[in-house]
Amino acid sequence: MNWEIVMGLEVHLQLATQSKIFSGSATQFGAEPNCQADPVDLGMPGMLPVLNEEAVRHAVTFGLGIGAKIGERSVFDRKNYFYPDLPKGYQVSQFFAPIVCEGVFDVPMPDGSLLPIRITRAHLEEDAGKSVHDIFPRETGIDLNRAGTPLLEIVTEPDFRTAEQAVAYLKALHSLVTYLGISDGNMAEGSMRCDINISLRERGTDALGTRTEIKNVNSFRFVERAIHVECERQADILDGGGRITQETRLYDAEQNVTRSMRSKEVANDYRYFPEPDLLPIEIDADYIEAVRATLPELPGAKRDRFVSDYGLSEYDATLLVPNHSMASFFEAVVDHCHAAKPAANWILGDLSGALNRADIAIEHSPLSAQQLAGLISRIEDGTLSSKLAKQVFDAMWEGLGDADEIIESRGLKQVSDAGALETMVAEVITANPDQVAQYVAADEAKRKKLSGFFVGQIMKASQGQANPQLLNQLLLEKLDAQS
Amino acid sequence: MPDSDVLSASVSTLQRMLSARTISSEELVNTYLGQIEAENEALNAVITLCREQALTDARAADHILSRGEGNPLTGIPLLHKDIFCTQGVRTTCGSHMLETFEPAYDATVVAKLKAAGTVTLGKCNMDEFAMGSSNETSYFGAVKNPWDLNCVPGGSSGGSAAALAAGFAPLVTGTDTGGSIRQPASLCGITGLKPTYGRVSRLGIIAFASSLDQAGPMARSAEDCAHMLTAMSGIDAGDSTSADRAVPDFAAALNGEIEGLRIGIPREYFNEALNPDVQERIMAALSLLEKAGARLIDIDLPHTHYAIATYYVIAPAEASANLARYDGVRFGHRCDAPIDLEDLYLRSRSEGFGEEVQRRILVGTYALSSGFYDAYFNKAQQVRRIIAEDFHRAFETVDVIAGPSAPNVAFQRGAKQQDPVAMYMEDIYTLAVNLAGLPGLSTPAGLINGMPVGLQLIGKAFDETTILNTAHRLQQDTDWHTIRPNFGAFQS
Repeated sequence: MNWEIVMGLEVHLQLATQSKIFSGSATQFGAEPNCQADPVDLGMPGMLPVLNEEAVRHAVTFGLGIGAKIGERSVFDRKNYFYPDLPKGYQVSQFFAPIVCEGVFDVPMPDGSLLPIRITRAHLEEDAGKSVHDIFPRETGIDLNRAGTPLLEIVTEPDFRTAEQAVAYLKALHSLVTYLGISDGNMAEGSMRCDINISLRERGTDALGTRTEIKNVNSFRFVERAIHVECERQADILDGGGRITQETRLYDAEQNVTRSMRSKEVANDYRYFPEPDLLPIEIDADYIEAVRATLPELPGAKRDRFVSDYGLSEYDATLLVPNHSMASFFEAVVDHCHAAKPAANWILGDLSGALNRADIAIEHSPLSAQQLAGLISRIEDGTLSSKLAKQVFDAMWEGLGDADEIIESRGLKQVSDAGALETMVAEVITANPDQVAQYVAADEAKRKKLSGFFVGQIMKASQGQANPQLLNQLLLEKLDAQS
Repeated sequence: MPDSDVLSASVSTLQRMLSARTISSEELVNTYLGQIEAENEALNAVITLCREQALTDARAADHILSRGEGNPLTGIPLLHKDIFCTQGVRTTCGSHMLETFEPAYDATVVAKLKAAGTVTLGKCNMDEFAMGSSNETSYFGAVKNPWDLNCVPGGSSGGSAAALAAGFAPLVTGTDTGGSIRQPASLCGITGLKPTYGRVSRLGIIAFASSLDQAGPMARSAEDCAHMLTAMSGIDAGDSTSADRAVPDFAAALNGEIEGLRIGIPREYFNEALNPDVQERIMAALSLLEKAGARLIDIDLPHTHYAIATYYVIAPAEASANLARYDGVRFGHRCDAPIDLEDLYLRSRSEGFGEEVQRRILVGTYALSSGFYDAYFNKAQQVRRIIAEDFHRAFETVDVIAGPSAPNVAFQRGAKQQDPVAMYMEDIYTLAVNLAGLPGLSTPAGLINGMPVGLQLIGKAFDETTILNTAHRLQQDTDWHTIRPNFGAFQS
C-alpha cells in the first residue's frame, strides 16, 4: 500500500530566564541535585506560585516572532497526575486559554522554498523534575532542580508529510528562538525537546489514521530516524491488516526502534481546571507593542538582506543565517574587509571545518572576525595567494597572531615584483633545456599542460610565494619567446 | 487583677495594663500557659504548646514595652490554628499526614502577627485539612465545646474557637473556606471575622480550596478582631491573589455610629432549616440595631439554595489537587516498606488521610473527571457567579446583610458524624459568602438553654469596617459577648 505520513509536532522549549517560572530559584543547568529547588519548587504545604514576568515576555516575543495572535487573556490550569518528580501532584500549564494562539510559520526548506506550517498554539508551563536511576543501586532518586523551569510548548497542526520537513521545521524553530534570545536551544541539555504525533493514511485520502506519539526526542538526527522507524513499524502493521494502537512511545536511539511506554500513563485523565493560585495574564496592546519594539531582525529577513545587500547566493545565505552567531560573525568580518563573498566562503569553508573538528561553537572561535577580515584583506590586495592564505589561517587558528604579523614573521608575502619573477623564470628555463625543447615542439593544447611543470618548479623554488597570475604571464611570454 | 479577669480581658484592657506595666507580657503568657496546661485535657483545643519560645518572646516584648514603645498588640499572647505554617514548630493541619511536619518558614499571617509583637503560645486543633464543621475529623481527636463538653465547638476552626472561649488566649487565628471561622465563633459565643478574599495573604496557609480560603481573626470583641485584622492584612508579593488595597486602621474606625445604616435581611436565610429559637434571638439582635438607628430592609438572595451544591463541587475539586502533594515522597506520612510506587501512593495516602478528607478528594476528583467536568465543575463555576451577582444586586440597596451564622446552637458530638449531608447543612448560611468572596463575621446574639447563638453580618467587598462597626455597636448595647462559659477559670 502507498502510505502518506501525517505528522504534527509538539516542542517543549526551555525559556532562558534567570529564575523559575513560579519561584525565585535559579535555572542553571548542571547544578548539584536539589540545590536549585526552594519550598515552592518542592511543593511544600502552603507555598504559592508567583508568575515570572520574564517568561511571559519571552512567550509574547515568540508569538510575535512567528506572527501569531497573542492571547489577550490567558489562564493557567492545573494538569493533575501523580509522579515522583512532579512535586505538587499537578503541573501548572495552560490548557483552555494559551498565551500564544494560531499563527503560520514559514519554514525554509533545503531547496530554498518555503513550507508554511500552521502553529496551533504555544503555552507556558512549568517543567517537572527528574527521576535519577543510576546513583542508588536499588532506589530511585529525585532531582527537583528542573522542577519549575519555564517551558513554552509549541504545538503545530498535522502539516508535516516527510521527516525532512519535520527536521527543517525544528531547525528553523531552533534558529528563530535563538535569534529571539528566548532560549539557548541546547538540545543536548534538554532545552528543546520534541514530541512527534505520527500516523499513516492511504495516499489520496483525507481522513487521519490512528496516531502514536513519540515523546522527548532530543536531536535533529534522532527525530529523522525516529520518524523513519515508526513509519516503517506502522506501515508493516497496516500492510499486515493490523490496527495501530493509540499510545505514547519512546525512541530508543541505540536499538533504533520505538517502544511503547506503559499504557497506564497514556490512560491518564488530567482533570484540567483553572489554577486558583494565579490570576489570568492580561496582555494589552501597549505591552505587545513594547515587546515588538525589541524584536531583532529575524532569520527570513536576514536571509533576504544577505542576498540583496551583500550579493550572496541564496545557498550561502541559507547556510549562514540559521546560526545567529554565525550570521553575526559574517557581518563583523564584512564590516572590516568589505568582501562578502570571500567572507562567506571562508566562514562556511575553512573556519566551519576547523570549528567542527575542534567541536567549538562559532561564538567561541579562537579566531576573531577581525582576524579573519585581516586575512581576507591581504588576499584581496594580492599580498597572499590562496595557498599562502591557508598557511596564515592555520597559524592564526594556532593563536600566533594576526595575518599581518604572521606574514611578516614568516616572510610569507607573495612575490609580485616582476623583476624578481623574471629572474626566477630565466633560471628555470636555463636549468631545463629538454623541457623547453618539448614545449617548443608541442601544439597549443599540449603547451598548456607542459607550462605547469615550469610553474611547479618556480613555486617550489619560491616556497609558494610567487604571485601565480603574474608568474603565469611572465613564464608564457618567455617560453613563447623561445620558439 | 484575678486570673479569671485577665483571662477574659479584652486586648485593649490588656494593652493598657502592659503599657502601664501593671502586668508584664511574661506574666500574661504564664497565666495563659497555666490555663492551657490545666484545662486543655478537658477540651483538646490545643495540640502543640510552645512554652519556651513563648516566654522568650514575651520577655523580648517586655523589653520593648519597658522602653515605652510597641503597638496595640505588643506582648499580647495568641494561638494559631494549626493550618498556619510556623517555622520550626510542627504544623499538622489536624492530620496524621503531617503529624511530624515542621515547616522551614512562617506563613505571612504568622510573620505579620509576630512583627506586630504578639507572642505565639501554641497551635490549635482543627478539623483535618479544615474539612469539617464539628472538629470531629481531627486526627488528634475531637475538640469539646467549653459551654457543654458533650457538644461540638463547630469547625473547622473549632480548636481556635473553643480555646478562645475557654480563656486560653485573648486572640486566635482561624481560616474560613465555607464558614470555618463564623460557625465555630457562633457555637462558642465569640466574635470571628472572615475578611474579603484577598485581604489577607494565603502564603504559608496549608491550602484546602484556594479560591475560597481566607484567614481571619477570632477574639472576644469586634474591637479585638479589628486590631488583629489590621495586623494580618495587606498585599503580599508571595500571594498573587492578595489584594492591592489600602489597609485601614480597623480599630480606629469603630465609633458605634450606625444611624441610617441599611441592613438587608435575606428572606432565604430564615427558612425551615433555621431553629425557631435561633431565629428569635437573631430578630431580637436586629431590633436592637434598628433601635440604634439602622434600617431593616427585606431583601432576596434568590440563589442561596444552590450554595451548598456549588460549594461541595468547587471546594473538593480544588482540594483534590491541593492535597495531591501528600504522596509520601518528599514530606509527610510515608507507609512502611512500599513494594512499588503505586503501593507507596496508595498506602501513604490511605493511612495519612482520614475518612472525610478521602471522601472530599474522591468527590473532587470525580467532579473534574473527563466527561463530568462540564456537568459539575463548570456548572458550579457558573452558579458561583450567579450567587455573587445576588449579593452585588442586594448591596445596591443595603450596606450590610444580616442573618444567622448557623442554623442551630452547638450539637452533641457524634450526632451528625454518620450523615455528611446533615453536617454540610451546618454551613448553609456561610458558604455563599465564601463563594462571593465577601467579608462576613459572627457576633454573639445571646444564649439558648445556655448555648451561644451567632448573628452573621455580611459586608461589601473590602468593607470589613462597616460590619465590624455594626458588631461593635451591638457589643456596646449588649453584654452577650462578655458572657463566659461555666468552664475552667470562669467556673462559678
